[in-house]
Amino acid sequence: MSNVTTNEIKRELLRSKLGIAGIGILVILVLISIIAIIIIPLDTFKEWNNPSSWLTYPKTSVPAWVNNFQSEKIPEHKILEEATADNQIVGDLHIHTKQFKFNYSFDDYPNDFIYEFTANYFGSPLIEITAIRPDGLSLDLISSSLPYSESLVTHNERIFSTDEAVKKNLSLQSQKFNFDSTHLSAEDIVFSNQMNHEILKGEYIVVVRMFSTNPESEIKSSSLIIGGKAFGIMGTDELRRDLAIGLLWGTPLALFIGVVVAIGSVVMGLLYGIYAGYKGKFVDESMMRFNDVIYALPALPFLIILAVTISNSIFLMIGFLMIFGWVGVAKVSRSMALQIKTKGYVEASKMMGQKNSKIILKHIVPQLLPYAFASIAISVPAAITTEAGLSFLGLGDPSFPTWGQILHDANTFGAASRGLWWWIMPPGIMIAITGLAFVFIGNALDAIVNPKLKKQ
Amino acid sequence: MFGVLMATLLLTVALVGSNMDTILTQGVVFQVRAEITENPEIVKSFANAEEFEKFVQDQIQQRIKTLGLDEPWYAPQRIGLTMFKILTLDFGHATFLTSDSGSSDVKDIILEKLPRTILLFTTATIIISIIGIFLGAISSSKVGSKIDRLTSSFAIVSSSFPVWWIGMLMIFLFAFVYQIFPARATPSISPTDPGYFAALLYHMALPLITIVLIGFGSWAYLVRNFMVGIMQEDFISAKRTMGINQKRIIYRHALKNAAPPIVTILALSLSGSLGGAIITEAVFDWPGMGRLYFEAITVMDLPVIIGATYVLTVFFLISIFVADVLYGYFDPRVRTS
Repeated sequence: MSNVTTNEIKRELLRSKLGIAGIGILVILVLISIIAIIIIPLDTFKEWNNPSSWLTYPKTSVPAWVNNFQSEKIPEHKILEEATADNQIVGDLHIHTKQFKFNYSFDDYPNDFIYEFTANYFGSPLIEITAIRPDGLSLDLISSSLPYSESLVTHNERIFSTDEAVKKNLSLQSQKFNFDSTHLSAEDIVFSNQMNHEILKGEYIVVVRMFSTNPESEIKSSSLIIGGKAFGIMGTDELRRDLAIGLLWGTPLALFIGVVVAIGSVVMGLLYGIYAGYKGKFVDESMMRFNDVIYALPALPFLIILAVTISNSIFLMIGFLMIFGWVGVAKVSRSMALQIKTKGYVEASKMMGQKNSKIILKHIVPQLLPYAFASIAISVPAAITTEAGLSFLGLGDPSFPTWGQILHDANTFGAASRGLWWWIMPPGIMIAITGLAFVFIGNALDAIVNPKLKKQ
Repeated sequence: MFGVLMATLLLTVALVGSNMDTILTQGVVFQVRAEITENPEIVKSFANAEEFEKFVQDQIQQRIKTLGLDEPWYAPQRIGLTMFKILTLDFGHATFLTSDSGSSDVKDIILEKLPRTILLFTTATIIISIIGIFLGAISSSKVGSKIDRLTSSFAIVSSSFPVWWIGMLMIFLFAFVYQIFPARATPSISPTDPGYFAALLYHMALPLITIVLIGFGSWAYLVRNFMVGIMQEDFISAKRTMGINQKRIIYRHALKNAAPPIVTILALSLSGSLGGAIITEAVFDWPGMGRLYFEAITVMDLPVIIGATYVLTVFFLISIFVADVLYGYFDPRVRTS
């Protein structure tokens, strides 16, 4: 133990390479957290475990950037929301048009395509979807009327490429193709060359028309989904969730859990240990026996029992982690307090009649601060990995998906043996990086607090 | 030490006690109803539904009383009885889980799982410590060299990866990309088959490699730090000036002096290995103590939870004791104080 001041620690920390690396990573992680909180609304994140909010996303698709490293381009999942809208009036008919333009240049057929729309209408308007292909050929996909209604209704519908009507329409146009298309799925026909069954690349236009006799009928919002096998920066999982969102939001959560648990348990241990060491005698003896009991408890099994029997709320979990975190710190700070207690100035202030609490806070705690900082930094990774481990066992808080929970889902769906690397690697790497940042800082601090280690 | 053991037990019982009562009470109700449906005569002998219902309730109450369930789980005599039973290794019968041979006695289940955990985790711990001690000794003899820096950084990096995540990666790499090892660690052939042991060893390879890979770095780092401290001592410098060669100094003198803390840690990690690693076993589907524990908790099989916690705590306490004794043996200074 040495009497280093907080300022010295700062200076020394910035001088050590490890310290800088650690702080650098930490700053990046904090930035990621801030970005996550700003750009991804909390509501989106809260929907993580609600399968219906992820329906428009593809299943277990690789990150889109994989295509940059491959000659065979995997079809990217596209959700087209922007369409050029147009209104025409022909006689009594009001024609409401939406046009989706997109470039298809992948080496495989899309999985499917879905047209999702919300319309306000009277009567029974007709919906017609036509695909205009790069070779100029236009294919009628569907024409169907919406259910009749006398008053103004809001109607929400999804038209799938697997719908019977679409199949029927395409089979009626099968003479446009030079090959037998009877057993092919709709997307295999629409995106195929006319001559042979090969992919036709280029710009496609999907036109959606709504014919209605009423001027108030309109397609309010609509989107065209071209189902692919590649999506986003991080891909999606078996439940169609965008992993990027989970990973981004995991960062602030992990930092929060790690830092709160570390600070909480170190402060607890510090005060407990100092008090025991300062009081000495019977108090010390009994407090240390209690410490021994907690030390002998198998931590992980008990954490699991606590999570199962009491609650798996993340805040309680943080409390449970603290219960098992303070023991070591208490032991060390007790022995340090025992040493400091015998120093002249402590005895002097005792004789001057100062209160115990004041002596502890003024004379003993400041001496232990450098050690406290180092142990906070060192105990963060343990807290994060333990929480991740509990979540991995499926005991995490379902309303706050952490990296551990993503890995839990990956494990339950057998991601490792199915080769879904984008589901396994990123969460683990994030856990490791976060841990590393604090290990670096902790090691640098340790070297400052215990100068003996520096020589080596 | 006995006090610590009792405190642990008390805590476990306290945590699961109320749940245990609910489950047992439900069990009684179920049992009574099942008996009645088996004997239709009982139903016929009652004039109306009310009377019948009263009979059923009476039956349930009576059984609850004989089992002592009418008193809360924290009643002194119930806790006393539970603790006494556990102390005499009578863990009772598991509610859901059974051993592979079909026995539902908790003792049988634990005795069946324990050897497998020892086979995997204790082997791994031994390999880790051997590699760690040698690597640590080598890097401490050349402080600042390439091998030293490599060991240190490997130790730091490997310690921040969760073992179970590395496990998933290993499964991905060696069971999916290169199909060398099986993804699931439980052999598919029956335990009575003569080839079972070989199959078990083959299935054990992947988890073993993973645990060793993650573990030996920090061991080496630890040993290195002890050794470096000792290598700076005067008696080592004296030996060096006497012209004794480096290797002899390291393995004969320095390592001997670093032995007490190393042995302590070895004892602790050996006992820790008996509990297996709940998460690692879950990843590899290794049929040992850790997975038993996890399964017991997920289905709330309380006798198994209590039994396993008890066994683990006993091992842990024994190893703390052994470590203390060994420390005194290797470091005579402790004995005099």
